[in-house]
Formats: sequence, C-alpha cells, structure tokens
Amino acid sequence: MRIIDHPILGKLEIKSLVEIFVDGEAIEAIEGETIASALVASGRYVFRYTEKTGEPRGVFCAIGRCTDCLMMVDGIPNVRTCITPVKKGMKIETQKGLGEWKS
Amino acid sequence: MMKEVEMAIVGAGPAGLSAAIEAAKAGVHVVLIDENKRPGGQLFKQTHKFFGTMEHYAGIRGIQIGERLLKETEDLGVEVLLNTTVWGIFNKDVLAFIQDEKGGQLKAKKILLATGANENPLPFPGWTLPGVMGAGAVQTLINIQRVLPGRRALMIGAGNVGLIVAYHLMQAGAEVIKVVEGKPTIGGWGVHASKLTRFGVPVETSKTIKRAEGNEKVERAVLVKIDKDWNEIPGTEEELNVDLICLAVGLGPMDDLAWIAGCKFEYLEELGGYIPKHDQYMETSIEGIYTAGDSAGIEEASVAIEEGRLAGVAIAHSLGYIEDREALKRKKEILKRLHELRKGPFGEASKKAKERLLLRRK
Amino acid sequence: MPLERDGVIESKELEKSPGVPSQKRLRKGPVAVIECIQEIPCDPCVLACPNGAIKITPSINDLPLLIEGRCTGCGSCIPICPGLAIFLVDETFSDKEELVSIPYEFLPLPKKGDRVEILNRRGTPVGEGKIVRVLNPKKYDRTPVITLAVPKGLAMEVRGFRIL
Repeated sequence: MRIIDHPILGKLEIKSLVEIFVDGEAIEAIEGETIASALVASGRYVFRYTEKTGEPRGVFCAIGRCTDCLMMVDGIPNVRTCITPVKKGMKIETQKGLGEWKS
Repeated sequence: MMKEVEMAIVGAGPAGLSAAIEAAKAGVHVVLIDENKRPGGQLFKQTHKFFGTMEHYAGIRGIQIGERLLKETEDLGVEVLLNTTVWGIFNKDVLAFIQDEKGGQLKAKKILLATGANENPLPFPGWTLPGVMGAGAVQTLINIQRVLPGRRALMIGAGNVGLIVAYHLMQAGAEVIKVVEGKPTIGGWGVHASKLTRFGVPVETSKTIKRAEGNEKVERAVLVKIDKDWNEIPGTEEELNVDLICLAVGLGPMDDLAWIAGCKFEYLEELGGYIPKHDQYMETSIEGIYTAGDSAGIEEASVAIEEGRLAGVAIAHSLGYIEDREALKRKKEILKRLHELRKGPFGEASKKAKERLLLRRK
Repeated sequence: MPLERDGVIESKELEKSPGVPSQKRLRKGPVAVIECIQEIPCDPCVLACPNGAIKITPSINDLPLLIEGRCTGCGSCIPICPGLAIFLVDETFSDKEELVSIPYEFLPLPKKGDRVEILNRRGTPVGEGKIVRVLNPKKYDRTPVITLAVPKGLAMEVRGFRIL
C-alpha cells in the first residue's frame, strides 16, 4: 500500500511511472523506487523461498545487509531488491533457493 | 596512480557529515564516502522533531537537519562519493572500495570511520515469516519509500527506536495494536511512550513474543508475560491479529572496517557491543584512524553530531590546519556539550561506559 | 504505575512536577501544562516562550519549571516540544466546559465543530468533546494544535481524542 498523504511528509508526488514484471505479471512502479518497495506497494510479501526448507522470506532489514529480500532480476539471482532501483521493463522473479543464472 | 587525499570519511550520516563540515571549514581536503545513493544516514527517516539544544538543532525535524548538513557540505565543496562501498583498509591508510561494480583504492592521511549501526535480530519461532522485520526497516519503507508493509502492527521493544517507530507507523496510517517490552520498565523516554498511550496504544512491560504464526506471512502473534529472569509465566499467552511485527531490540555498532584495520576493541554492553577504543578526541588505537557516531558506541543523533565535529576538529588540527590554542578551545567546547548531553539518568550508563572505553595515549 | 512502567504519567507524578501549574493558577485562566517529568537534555520550550515563563536551569537536563505568574496561556510552547508533552488548559472557558489544547500530528486533521471521543492519558475514553479550534500555521512546522471543549473537570485529564 502506498502512503499517499502524510502529516509530515505531505502528499506523495509521483513524477513518473514505469512498468515492471513480477513473475510475469505487469505492475506499475514509481521511477526511482526500490524493487522491494514496488512489491510492498502492490501487496506482495513473499520474495523468495529458502534453499533447504522452501520457506518464504521477504523484507527484513530494508537496508541491503541481511539478504532476506533476494530475488531474480533480469535473469540474475541474488539481487538485493531493497536497495536496487526499478527500471522500465525489469523482469523480477520469486527466487527459489539459490536461483539460477539465466542471462 | 592511486588518488591521495588528506582526509577520507567512511559514512555520510550525522557524524560523518559533521566531521566533513568542521574539517572542510578549516581547509582540509575531505572526501566523504557512502554506500547509499544519498548521504544522511538515518537522518532522513527521522520525521520527528529532535531534542537537545539550539546547537543540536532541537525542535527541528531529523529530515531538515539532514538537509542542512548536506547543504553545508555542498557549499563547502566537500567531495562526496556515493554508491561506494569501502570493503577494506590496507596498510592503515589505503581504502579499497567498489563503485558501480568497479574496484578502486584511495590513500588518505587521516581516516574517519563513521559507519553507524546495525539492528539486532530477535529470533523466535516464526520470525522468518514475511511481515517480521526490523523497526529500522519499517522506518525506511514508510518514511523514505512511502510504502506501508502492514496495517496492524506489533512493536517489540520500548526503547526510543521502538517507541518512535510505533509513532511513525501511526502517522503512516497503520494501527499499532501494542508495544511490548521484555524488561520491567520502558527503556525509552517517557514522553515517547505517552504520545502513544494517550491515543490508545498500550505499552506493556515484562512481556515478549512467544511466536509468530501465519501462512506465508505474519497473521498472528502470540505474546507471553515473563518474570524478571526472562522466564515465561505459564498460562499468560495472548494472541493478537497482526500483519506486521517490528523488532526494536537494540542496535550494535557496525565496525567491520575498524576490525579489519586492526583497531583495539572493548566490549561494553551499555554502548551496544564491541566498540573501538578511542581517545578523548576520537582517535582509535591506530594513529590516523578515528571513529565517531554510533560506530563509536550507540547513543543519540546529537551525540553523533558532536563526536563528528570533535573528530573533524581533531583531524584538521593534526594536519596543521588549526593552531594549537584554537584547536584546544574548540575541542573543549564540544566536549562540554557532549558532557551535558550525557548528564541525565538516561545518559549515565553511556557516560560511564565511554569513560571505561577511553584510550589514554602516552 | 509510574511513567516508566506503562508510559502513562500518574497524578502523583504530575503533582510533583515543576512544569504543572497550581490549582490556584488553573482557576485564573488559560495556562500551559508541561508534562515533562524525566531528566533529558532538551530545552527548546525555554526560547519558544515569549514571556520567559519557562526555565530550565542550570543544566539542560533539568526539568522545565513553569513560572505560572508569567504564563499568559498563549500556547507558543505547545508545537515546539519534541516530546509533544506541553498542553494548554483553560478551566475558565464556561460554566459547563473547559478547554484543552493538544499537539496533533496525524491525518485526517479534525475540523472546527467536529464531535470527538475524548481520551485520558491512558487512552481510555472519558466522554465526548467538540473541536473548538485547529491551528496549523507554517511556523508550527507541521505540529497542528487542536483545541477541544470538554466537560467541566476534565481538562486536566483529557490528552487525546478520536474523531467520531
């Protein structure tokens, strides 16, 4: 969910939108925001499943240190989505385990 | 040919920015390095008004303090390297970094490590479920990215971070169901708790989380009362419907580079863990390497600003940009303000710990 | 329970506080109530007061002292307190009602005339009130001050509200 209005930060100014793909589905993202934020805004919370036990993981530290938010991005695994900005046409996939190099 | 500078600062949060300003004002060639795409550290997440005095920008919001510090460094022409991660220190004066996936090195006569802190984790059954995250993470999402990761939140930890982030969550439109604290008393300032309780958010002590439950994400939290030895009191379990569980259970200094450089450390629980030993002017056991801010011990933002200023003056002085008498005068002024900041009952523990940490140079 | 147990100031803690005006002063007219009872290094309220009615001395850690004779009830101190711990109380508003002004940094902002559920320091509803004034000038830097009319006897109890 996006915070459209805020008592201190004011109204959200959306300068431009870009289309990105998450597991094949097109979603709208704000240019410049992180991949993780675009996902959280669209209501998504599972970003990957662990290698050994297949358990779901999502955002934890949001600052690029814990590796819980890793996803496949444009064919590259283990991308820290919480610090990586979205780009038009980006293809993001829920990572299973260690992921695989597709590019 | 490796680039050589007089002073390199790793970390452009309040401590790093304040140091850059003091040193650059004195004429030092400063390079400020930060792994993020924007300087400011945690300041831009602090939408609330700061405490302290005029010199600490009291009554002004953290976000504005960040902007002022940034502007001052820009006006002084401080060179800033962003999206740049310093991954090693060699020979005590060479910084190895990565920028845009390319490696580089920088030699500096003086280095200030102002790398801040990490949030502590709190493992419990279900803590890996999506929807369990650090309080700092929540702050980043709601105040920088402006997205809400949940609508019904449970805050674990009633230190200043937990209490402030709970308030930020309310401002972002979430409902904070409860703030719980394992200790029998609230660790943060009473005023931060009162601004929650008067609007119906209970703050409960001697309580902790037993487990988180849910299918692929947090749906419920089970709380339990604990005694003074942190043992669960049977039969006191309580279930809450929440979709966001925030962990605010302390910060620890992030000092990887100081370890790598070979600085001497001391363990001080009151300051958050292992801290690099430093003298009263912020120089570590390695000559030429300084530390300031949370990486020198977890305290307030105002302390980070003052320690940064102190390190900036000390470095400028050691490089010959400020003459002895003036340097001593400025250092004394800053030390006096630091002393005031650490005076009250909340600062007592930090003050004593900092005294034990002090490195005395021969 | 004391403040550090549940985040709620008790009456006896307030009575001891140098920032809380006496009953005598409260009966005279609008006056600031500074509910700051822990020693923390902070003093912006001192400079915010145009009449020098707040003193924090000799150390910035000392509790704010309200010099009730100098307080005119102007409310300048309310938005400046980073702890949102200062309120304005007017027990003389009318026969049936008292006024209390509260710093409020949430959306939506209430409007004059709105009916609200009034809450005490614990967040417990203690009745109903009405919004009398909403002050949100630029100089308050996004800390609007909301004035509520509450039933007589409750101005020293009410510190929060919910828009109905």
